[in-house]
Amino acid sequence: MTADDTPSASPTQTADADASHDHTHVSPQRVVAPADHSHAVAPAAPHLHPHEGHVRAAIAPERAQGAPPVVDFEGVCAGYFGRDVLEEVSFAVQRGDFVGIIGPNGSGKSTLLKTIAGIHPIQCGGAEVLGVDPSVVDRRRIGYVPQTESVNWAFPVTVADVVLMGRYGKLGLFRRPSAADRDAVERALVEVGMADRRDSLIGQLSGGQQQRTFVARALVQEPDLMLLDEPIAGVDAASQHAIFTLLEQRNRAGTTIIASTHDLSCVATWFGKVLCLNHHVVAYGPPDEVLTSATLAATFGSHPLLIGDAGLPA
Amino acid sequence: MIHWLTDPLQNAFMVRALVAAAFIGLACSVVGVFVVLRNLSFIGDGLAHASFAGIVIAFLLKINLYVGGLVVAVVVALGIGSISKRSELSLDTAIGVLFTATFALGVLLMSRARDYESDLQDFLFGNILGVDRLDIALVVALAALVLAVVVALYKELLFSSFDPVMAQASGLPTDFLYYLLLVLIAVTIIVSLQAAGIVLVAALLVTPAATAYQLTTRFRSMMVVSAVVGVGSAIVGLYASYYLNAASGATIVLAATACFFLAMLFSPRRRSVLSAVLASRRAAARAR
Repeated sequence: MTADDTPSASPTQTADADASHDHTHVSPQRVVAPADHSHAVAPAAPHLHPHEGHVRAAIAPERAQGAPPVVDFEGVCAGYFGRDVLEEVSFAVQRGDFVGIIGPNGSGKSTLLKTIAGIHPIQCGGAEVLGVDPSVVDRRRIGYVPQTESVNWAFPVTVADVVLMGRYGKLGLFRRPSAADRDAVERALVEVGMADRRDSLIGQLSGGQQQRTFVARALVQEPDLMLLDEPIAGVDAASQHAIFTLLEQRNRAGTTIIASTHDLSCVATWFGKVLCLNHHVVAYGPPDEVLTSATLAATFGSHPLLIGDAGLPA
Repeated sequence: MIHWLTDPLQNAFMVRALVAAAFIGLACSVVGVFVVLRNLSFIGDGLAHASFAGIVIAFLLKINLYVGGLVVAVVVALGIGSISKRSELSLDTAIGVLFTATFALGVLLMSRARDYESDLQDFLFGNILGVDRLDIALVVALAALVLAVVVALYKELLFSSFDPVMAQASGLPTDFLYYLLLVLIAVTIIVSLQAAGIVLVAALLVTPAATAYQLTTRFRSMMVVSAVVGVGSAIVGLYASYYLNAASGATIVLAATACFFLAMLFSPRRRSVLSAVLASRRAAARAR
């Protein structure tokens, strides 16, 4: 299944002049999702690729009749030590969606992704991920890329070691990685453009290279749902473009993707849906509907400079 | 030269001590890799002190002192883990509170039992020359158990040590692995009390792994080098103790420390443990 999913073009090759796509001048045309994003804007019309695995093929017929969402949150609250970070969060993500979560620091973006991943408990409300309660969801089907701050950078592991960890969950206890696992690692390293750094220590990489490594780690998991916490924070423009191009390819191949970011300039370009979060859901929908100065002001408080710079419609 | 090496082996107690020291060095240096990489160095010290209460209780109840120390060390290890998971207190603070309390309990009980003998004092500084056959059997069995667990769960322990959040999100039972590691540390420390005693045992856990960290770039090679340093310094230290007529715990620890400073001098990338520990502390602080 992965062999077919792997695109022949390396993402770094696509990092052309558009790689540094203007952060300061997002034109109004960009805000309206371009034609090739239609799958994300209209999730009801799915892209089905012939090479998709039997699991997706089996689900496809149901989907036309309204298959269950991949993520379904209804009035969810969650927090730390008695403080609620998420308040009554409700939203649904359909199979094949490419969702961006935006919001200021501390608005609950990371907590929301952790509750979806099933590694942060929910205090109230109802939640389903891949059809079951997040606490019992098969986490091997979820590729989670955490914020790089939680990683022990002093650890003596190489890029290839880290990517191989993505296979550990599927391997199960006691079993050692096989040649097939190592092949999958090689393919993922090529896919993210890190093949030539496979033997570098993880602590010696730039921010963009570290992030690509963790994206590759999630890719070798062959997940149905990918969750990325600030995948482009502290990442140079070329790596940003490479990461998003890669995610878009995976998304078209049927993987549902949810990523948080505080970089507004990339939101309208890449995401099919945007969730504005500030402890509660301020707005949720296609970028051209959601990204108004009113919702952004409600999400970020008053950030007139940010909104002005993004050149978004009033 | 050969005589110099073989003469001590004429004594049965010296052979027993060498076997025990080698197994202790092996178990400590392998578990120590996780201790150093996960910044759990303080926990070794804490658990050793905490076990003192169990040893004194066992002494008063006239049962095996190791059993008493083991029970208390495991209970305190699990308690430390659970406190640090459930509250906003840092692990260091949880250890600081629990280990001093348990050590104080041990001191209190010892001061009430006026007839305590000198062998209780052996637990403070270690006396590996005093091991009997039963002690060796216990040391070898427990060390083998610790090593078997590390080998069996190698990749799980590696992943959850590198990034617990990511490991948990991948479906690994990270809480179980964390408590398992704490129990492994507790068992290793009790096994090692015979060699270095409560006061010095943390060095057996930390110093070989810290030495290996400076000389290697891969996790697996770090573990191998740590084991070599751990076993080697146990044997060298024991010979030094024999010829200098000095306390064996101290000579073993100092032999390992010598390796550590040599490694610092010859570290290929000249990275000091200090900077690595500081960097990961900073990372941990950012994560919180």
